[in-house]
Amino acid sequence: MKYKHAIIVGASSGLGRELAYLLAESGCKTAILARDEERLRFVAGKHPQRLLPFVHDVRDTDAVPELFQQITKELGGLDLVIYCSGVMPEVGPHEFNFQKDKLMVDVNLIGAIAWLNQAAIRFQETRSGTIVGIGSVAGDRGRCGQPVYNTTKAALATYLEALRNRLSRLGVRVVTIKPGPMQTEMTRHLHLRGAMLPQIAAKKVLAKSRKTGEHYLKPTHRIAFALIRMIPSPIFRRLKI
Amino acid sequence: MIDPSRIERLGGYGMSQFADGYVYRPTSVDEIRAVLAKAKAEGRQVTLRGAGRSYGEASIGAECIIVDLSRMNRMLAWDPSTGMLIAEPGATIEDLWRTGLEDGYWPPVVSGTMYPMLGGALAMNIHGKNAFKAGPIGEHVEEIDLLTTDGRLMTLSPNDEMFYAVISGAGLLGVITRVKIRLKKVKSGNLRVLALTARNWDEEFEAFETFTPIADYVVSWIDCFERGKGAGRGALHVAWYADDPDEFPSSLKISHQDLPDTILGFFPKAIVWRCLKAFNNRPGMKLVNAAKYWAGALLANGKTEHQSLVAFSFLLDYVPNWRWAYLPGGFIQYQSLVPKEHAKRVFAEQIRLQQEARLESFLAVMKRHRPDKFLLSHAVDGYSLALDFKVTERNRERLWDLTHKMNDLVLQAGGRFYLAKDSTLRPSDVESFLGRETLSRFRSLKAELDPYGLLTSELAKRTGLAG
Repeated sequence: MKYKHAIIVGASSGLGRELAYLLAESGCKTAILARDEERLRFVAGKHPQRLLPFVHDVRDTDAVPELFQQITKELGGLDLVIYCSGVMPEVGPHEFNFQKDKLMVDVNLIGAIAWLNQAAIRFQETRSGTIVGIGSVAGDRGRCGQPVYNTTKAALATYLEALRNRLSRLGVRVVTIKPGPMQTEMTRHLHLRGAMLPQIAAKKVLAKSRKTGEHYLKPTHRIAFALIRMIPSPIFRRLKI
Repeated sequence: MIDPSRIERLGGYGMSQFADGYVYRPTSVDEIRAVLAKAKAEGRQVTLRGAGRSYGEASIGAECIIVDLSRMNRMLAWDPSTGMLIAEPGATIEDLWRTGLEDGYWPPVVSGTMYPMLGGALAMNIHGKNAFKAGPIGEHVEEIDLLTTDGRLMTLSPNDEMFYAVISGAGLLGVITRVKIRLKKVKSGNLRVLALTARNWDEEFEAFETFTPIADYVVSWIDCFERGKGAGRGALHVAWYADDPDEFPSSLKISHQDLPDTILGFFPKAIVWRCLKAFNNRPGMKLVNAAKYWAGALLANGKTEHQSLVAFSFLLDYVPNWRWAYLPGGFIQYQSLVPKEHAKRVFAEQIRLQQEARLESFLAVMKRHRPDKFLLSHAVDGYSLALDFKVTERNRERLWDLTHKMNDLVLQAGGRFYLAKDSTLRPSDVESFLGRETLSRFRSLKAELDPYGLLTSELAKRTGLAG
C-alpha cells in the first residue's frame, strides 16, 4: 500500500526535505513543517499540489494538538507521521552549556513526544498508520563528544520502543531509524567524509518504514553498533570513540 | 477543537473502502442539533451513519464528523390493530419484525440482512425480493420527521414533495429523526417456497415472467462462471405468504423464527466463514457455484416447502461473518437495474465481460422491480442484477475498469443504479441515469435544506451528489 497522507515535522532541509520530495513524487499528499517560512515555501514550491507547508516551531508544544487536527483535516486523512526535527550545536570537549543542551532536549525529544503522542492517539483509535522517528547511532552510547545529543537520541529510541510495544498489537507500525553520519546542515561543521547523502538516506528510510522495529541504514552500522553496545562501560570510557 | 479520541476508522459493508472520521452517537434531537452546531463551528462536514450496511462509502466521510444514529433507537409507538409503528431512525429491521410478529405483522419491505437501521433504509430507499409488488420501503412510510442542518425540525408526509427527495436522498438532505411506518398483516410466520432451476437466460426470464404476477417474492441466484448454452443458469426461489388455519399460529412466535446455529444439525456456523475463505478464489467459487446449481437441479427443483419468514428473508445473516471470507481486500457489490426489454441482453453481456476479464462475480442475484416516484430512485420497470466482486490490491484497477464498461451497457439501455450498493459510479454515470433535471432539483432542495452544505459522504463526493 502506498502512503496517501503524511506529515513530516522538520522538512525544510536535510533528510526531512528529501523525504518530502520522495513522498510527493509517489503521489502522497504531505504536510511539511518547519520554523523557517521562506525555506519551507521553497520546498513546497517543488510540488505545490502535494506539499502543504505549515510554519511551526517544535518548541511551541502547546500549539501541537490543534495544529495536528487542522493538518489532518486539510490532508483529508493520515497514514504516516515522520518526526525529523533535530539539532546538534557545536559543543567543545570541555563545554557544559545548558542553553545548548536544553535546545537539543526541546527539539530532538520534547517536540517528538508532542507530535508523536498526537499520532499515537489517532492511530490507536483507527488501528492503522505508521509512526517514524529519526533517532541516531549517536543514541547507542553516551560519548565524550556530545553528551546531551546522545541523551536525546537514546531517550527518543526508548520512547519509540514503548510506543511500539503499546501500538504494534493494534496494527500500528512504529519505526525507529538510526542513521549514521549524513551530509546535512546539522553536521556541516563536522566536515564529515564519506557520510551518506540525505537523498539516499530518505529512500532507505521509506523502505524501512514498512517494517515495525529499529533499523540502521547500513548493514555495517548494524554490526558495528551491536559490538559497540556490548563494550563494558569500564573499557568504553578508556577508549577514544 | 474536537476530542481527538473520537476518531475511528469506518468502512462499509463491503470492507473495501475506509475513511477516518470523528464519531458522535447522539441520543436525542437536541443532541443531534448540538453536534451539527459543533460541526459548523469547527468548519467540518458531517456524514450520517446508521448500521453501516451500505456496501460502499455511503456512511463514511474522511475527516468529517460522523453522526452515528445507532443509539437513537427507541420504539415510540406500536398499534397492533392497525400495524402502525413509530420509531426512531436507529431502530433496525430486526427491531421492526420482533415488534410486529407476535401480533401478526411483518415489515412490508426487508433487506437481505436484518441489521440495517430505519434511517439508513429510508435514505437509500431499500427494496427486497418483493420489489416488483411492494416497491421500495419508502412507499410504506406515512410520515417522517426531518431535522435540517440549520436546526429546523419538520414533519413530512407523502403529500410533500420533499418527502420523496429525503427518502432516497442518501442522507444528504437532513437527518430523519422519527419514522411512522405501516407493517404488513401476515397470517403465518412461514412462507410457502417453491424452488426452481433455470438452465439458461431464457428459462430464467421466463420463470420471472410466469411468477411475478402471482407470487409475493421472487429471487434468483445466477452462476456467473457458466458460459455458452448454459449461460445465465441459476436457481429461483418463489414464495407466497402462507395461510395458517390456527387462530394463534405458533409460527408467529419469535422462537419459531430463530436461525439455528449449526448447519446440517451439527456443523457450527461460527466457523463456516473460515471454510468459505479457502474457496474464495476463482477456481473455488467456480466449483461452489456449479455445486450449488447441480444440488438445486437434482434435489430441489420443483419442490415446495415451508420456510420461516426470517430464514427466507435474511439470507445474508444465515452464515455469521461470511464477509470476512473476503478479507483482507473486502468486496464490492455492483447492482444495475435494466428495463425489461433490454435486461436479458445487458445482463448476458455483463457476465460475458466478466468472463473475458477473468473477474467473474462470486455471487449474483437477480430480482424484478417496478418504477417508483422517489427523486433519486433506482427502480425501473425491469430487472436488477446484483454482483459481488472480491477486491484485491492487484485486481482493483481492472475491476473498476470492468464496472465502468458494464455501466455503459446499462446507461445505453436506459438503466439505473442503486447507491446503497455502489462503489464505482462516476459523476458522469450519475448524471446520465438520474438526468440533469432531477439532479438540479436535488441540488436546489439541498441548498434549501442544508444551506451550509454540511452533509456529505465519500459516496456523495465521488459521484458529485455533494461537495
